[in-house]
Amino acid sequence: MTDQAYTTSTFDTVAKIISETCDIPLDKINPESHAINDLGIDSLDFLDIAFAIDKAFGIKMPLEQWTQDVNDGKATTEQYFQLNNLCTRIDELVAAKGA
Amino acid sequence: MRLEYFQLIDRIVELKLADQTIRTEAQVPAASTIFEGHFPGFPLMPGVLLIEAMAQTSGWLLIAVTKFTRMPFFVSVKEAKLRTFVTPGQRLALSAKLLHEGSGFAVTKADIRCDDKTVCAAEIIFRLMQFPSPEFRANMEKMAAILEFPIGALADA
Repeated sequence: MTDQAYTTSTFDTVAKIISETCDIPLDKINPESHAINDLGIDSLDFLDIAFAIDKAFGIKMPLEQWTQDVNDGKATTEQYFQLNNLCTRIDELVAAKGA
Repeated sequence: MRLEYFQLIDRIVELKLADQTIRTEAQVPAASTIFEGHFPGFPLMPGVLLIEAMAQTSGWLLIAVTKFTRMPFFVSVKEAKLRTFVTPGQRLALSAKLLHEGSGFAVTKADIRCDDKTVCAAEIIFRLMQFPSPEFRANMEKMAAILEFPIGALADA
């Protein structure tokens, strides 16, 4: 069993947002799902998801920086858009906000 | 409005950066070939153009909020409601408020009022991108001057 880096409530919130925004059944969304490759979320739908996540957590996900990192080869899309990693980053942003 | 140039607003009336709001105004032309088709004998301002007018109003707010460093491109409209007919010659009061500035995108809520009644409203999403070229930005600056964009307000913010 691996350590879980994200909080379960964060994943539940993100999964609910994705399910409602993209009409994907909740049971098809799991922590290992890749938002783009597995769930087929396109960039326009991801804007709706980003808006809902930013609102729900009171954060501003640095999507431009993440995209730049991927384009520059400094990161893989899995690091940002696989849901367990996305939720970990959301928790980090929430923690940074409260620091 | 200069419908043939897709200019849907005439003037920026008020920009409040602290409140992240903007107000603009527009006069629907008394005559246009658009009204010959929409509809013959019953001219109405097309709803899609009212939505575009709200998008242009929102767009100038976003240009102001980002201090002319980003160009907003209209990508999505939600909850659009067209409540009543708009006819040639009517004067419109438009307003928009920034709901959220995300990373590379922004969301606004906009509406249009006519004779003190809400004509339409919508939530609009934009991508915020670099200006495609210096010429593009220069053209937007020219349009800003035509619309009386209060450029001084950016320096004070």
